[in-house]
Amino acid sequence: MTSGRIGTGTRATRALGAAAVALFGFLLVFGLVNSPADAVQRDSVRILYLHVPSAEMAYVAFAVAAVCSAAYLWRRTRSAAWDRVANASVELGVVFTGLTLATGMMWGRISWGVYWDWADARLVSTLLLFIMFAGYLAVRRLDGSDDQRARRSAVVALVAILDVPLVHFSVQWFQTTHPRSSLDSAGAIDGTFRFLHFVGITTFLLGYVWLMLHRNRVAMLEERVAGQDLAVAIAERQREGVAG
Amino acid sequence: MMWRTVRLLAGKDLRIEWRSRVALAQMLPFALVTLTLFAFALDPAGGLLRPATPGLYWVTILLVLVLAAQRSFAVETADGALDALRLSGLPPAGIFLGKALALAVQLWVLEAILAVGVIVLYDPTGKHATTVPGVVQPEAAFSWTVGRAVLLVIAGAAATPGLAAIGTLHGALAAGSRARDTLLPLLVLPIVVPALLGGVRTFEAALALGHRTTSEGWPWVGLLAAFSLVAATVATVAFGPLIEEDAS
Repeated sequence: MTSGRIGTGTRATRALGAAAVALFGFLLVFGLVNSPADAVQRDSVRILYLHVPSAEMAYVAFAVAAVCSAAYLWRRTRSAAWDRVANASVELGVVFTGLTLATGMMWGRISWGVYWDWADARLVSTLLLFIMFAGYLAVRRLDGSDDQRARRSAVVALVAILDVPLVHFSVQWFQTTHPRSSLDSAGAIDGTFRFLHFVGITTFLLGYVWLMLHRNRVAMLEERVAGQDLAVAIAERQREGVAG
Repeated sequence: MMWRTVRLLAGKDLRIEWRSRVALAQMLPFALVTLTLFAFALDPAGGLLRPATPGLYWVTILLVLVLAAQRSFAVETADGALDALRLSGLPPAGIFLGKALALAVQLWVLEAILAVGVIVLYDPTGKHATTVPGVVQPEAAFSWTVGRAVLLVIAGAAATPGLAAIGTLHGALAAGSRARDTLLPLLVLPIVVPALLGGVRTFEAALALGHRTTSEGWPWVGLLAAFSLVAATVATVAFGPLIEEDAS
């Protein structure tokens, strides 16, 4: 393991990464430059080429995290691997959700005139999803053993996933009791959008798998390092102390 | 066995609270200070306070919930009591429900006292409002009826079990960690948003805000009950793995 280059890449993941980056380049060029503006939304539709796939991948990432968390909590399937995958997936999910919120607010400012609308169930539940899984990442940093950390964070992930539909429902319900002007004048979904949506979701999926593999390998290396002789670490710190 | 555990644990926690008077001597004053701060922040003479009453009341309850949840497990971790509890062989679900019940009882008491505080301090009926014209459209005044009072009481009763369950679960989750105090609010507050929404809407209906009638409040009581049911079920199941003995 220590011979040669140190890294988490293999031939397969490098190919995967190259494909994801190339496809992302295509998405940017075609989506931002080489495609016609939407008849209703004009150029603001281009934001959606990033917004929609990132939102969908965020859902996928959190769903994966929830399944892995459940698998960890269930005694018969308990394994550190589930915890690693769940953590990696949440980290990516939080990034995707952040991207979704940022692009969504830009689109909202152009299309609705406001960055935010509190009566929109999807906005509010996405924001809470973001906050709850940011909490998950905070729980990962708590002191305690690996097993304890895994159990704590698995519970947080499951509660968050189960709570979001409830939030969504309650905001939506609030909205129906308060009729308001329809904001969804997105217009008909045309061929360009459908094609770019397909490209976008493929790009994000490849990127997700690629980053997941790397994150898992990093986590495995971290575990190995943590498991190494404590004396080695102490000696190193002491040398650093003398040097600094 | 199970229900005996629940009674035992709830009794133990309530006895500790009664003897230490932490809820009475710290949480209640904190809640009252919060209500006072809101009043200063929203200028009661400007007519903003009254329409905001339901929201302010429930936000205060949620802040108190975070404190109470912290307290619930600070009691257990202080002298290694949690280890003793694990070793006792009592069913985890029973331990959980007992602690959640104790927390719910404390919350109910605090809610009742705070409701009196809000009625006294915020003038929710609007009969004595000295609204500055043109600042905020004044809400119509109303008189108390049995129906309004019942709606308020039932809403509190329906929301509290869910709040207590979420509080207890996360109190256990963060128990014994150094970052507990900062982490708990971050974890608990986003999760209880459905209760906040339902509680606020119910209270708006009961207090005739926005020309609502009490009948508009009852569906929200249903939401509160659903929240409590889901929260209590999930939390009871999730509590077991949380307090397990460490594998490593």
